[in-house]
Amino acid sequence: MRPLIAILFSLIVVSGYGQEDLLNELEKAQGEQTDYAIQTFKGTRVINGHSIETKPGGALEFIISHRFGTLNSGSYNLWGLDASTIRLGLEYGITDQFGVGVGRSSLDKSYDAYLKYKLLRQSSGVRSFPFTLTVLGSTQYKTNKSGADEGLSTSDRTSYSFQALIARKFSPGFSFQVAPVLVHRNAVDQNFFVNDLIALGLGTRARITRSLSVHLEYYARLNEKENNPNFDALGIGIDIETGGHVFQLVFTNTLGMMERIVVAETNEDFWDGDIHFGFNITRTFQLSRKARSAGTDW
Amino acid sequence: MTNRQIIYSLLFLLGTGSPLYSQRYIAEKGQISFYSDGAIEDITAVNNNVTSLFTGSTGAVAFSVPIKDFEFEKKLMREHFNDKYMESTRFPRSTFAGTITGYSMDASGAQRVRAKGKLTIHGIVKEIDVPGSLEVRNGAVLVKTRFTVLIADYGIKIPQILWQNVSEEIQITVDLTFNQK
Repeated sequence: MRPLIAILFSLIVVSGYGQEDLLNELEKAQGEQTDYAIQTFKGTRVINGHSIETKPGGALEFIISHRFGTLNSGSYNLWGLDASTIRLGLEYGITDQFGVGVGRSSLDKSYDAYLKYKLLRQSSGVRSFPFTLTVLGSTQYKTNKSGADEGLSTSDRTSYSFQALIARKFSPGFSFQVAPVLVHRNAVDQNFFVNDLIALGLGTRARITRSLSVHLEYYARLNEKENNPNFDALGIGIDIETGGHVFQLVFTNTLGMMERIVVAETNEDFWDGDIHFGFNITRTFQLSRKARSAGTDW
Repeated sequence: MTNRQIIYSLLFLLGTGSPLYSQRYIAEKGQISFYSDGAIEDITAVNNNVTSLFTGSTGAVAFSVPIKDFEFEKKLMREHFNDKYMESTRFPRSTFAGTITGYSMDASGAQRVRAKGKLTIHGIVKEIDVPGSLEVRNGAVLVKTRFTVLIADYGIKIPQILWQNVSEEIQITVDLTFNQK
């Protein structure tokens, strides 16, 4: 009897060392990893302004943005749908963190170009960091020759903007972005406007379903002259994402689809009903199969 | 128990549980890939960061797959895969814990075996029983299997509006090379 008890005792101990323990041992061996936040926003734009997102290395995004006339322009104008402002843009990911973009807007017949770099990434696990920081530098050039813009010099037609985009994905369903921006315009009417306008952009994304989310975006101008006739840009939108496409349906009081106009030259009042319906449609193409990747962690 | 019995027990334990006799193996850069045969687009993804443990004497096997390490042809797919389907922030790993049967560690050449156990994907545990092959070659153990899972079994939902058409059946290929620990 006694040896039998000993054997049984041994068997219990040994068989306890089975599959589940292997799994536990595995988890221990693998340790904790660094988990970077992905898809804080689905698109490279929150509504009118940029989001922290850059395109993955080797991916090219084609963005078509449209803003119609204002909803309060009446049935004769089909509530704004007769009028249309468009921007066509391309954004390319040189690496997963570094992107370059160009665009052309029908408003003021403007061209714009920008560089976007994701400097810090929100992560949890071994290396934990609370937010993602992307820096954006852009330049805009208006080629419009009619009206007051007729005699402008090349310098007067040019403006610049610098922006720090800081965002945190608080949960899979909620992201928030704070984005201070400086817009420098070489030529302004200094009776009403400052050359260097500072504004604070706020943006948020709330997820409704896995493919649908609601966005809000607001740009508060901080140092504009008291008597300026312009307004802060406000936008509300719905994001629909399907595979390689993102559809953003937006309602906003600005016709701007780049920093200068959104931040500094929004001249309509959201609360007065000067609201433009519009959309941003993006399509992403993966150009290089094995793109250079700045981040090796995922 | 008397002291003598405890000593017996310990001796017995040493005999059966020691690493030398239990033939413990580890595979550190194992590969798992999957393939979805969609109507419009075929999707493949490869993960080369699978860790697995195997005990030759008992057939006990376990592997763990970091979901974020699946690589796709299109990087956007990887983001959608993690964010929308696998919810890898909530469920960072898929695991398997089970037993391989029908082999001898002394035989040469590929042997047809079965693996039975618990497969955990997307936080849902299912019993599976799949065929595979095992080969002992130069002290290493090569284990391969290919099987299909229904994504609905693991609570993964594909939205109807996705016209890129993810298949409901996913073929999974496991390729592990174990070395003695």
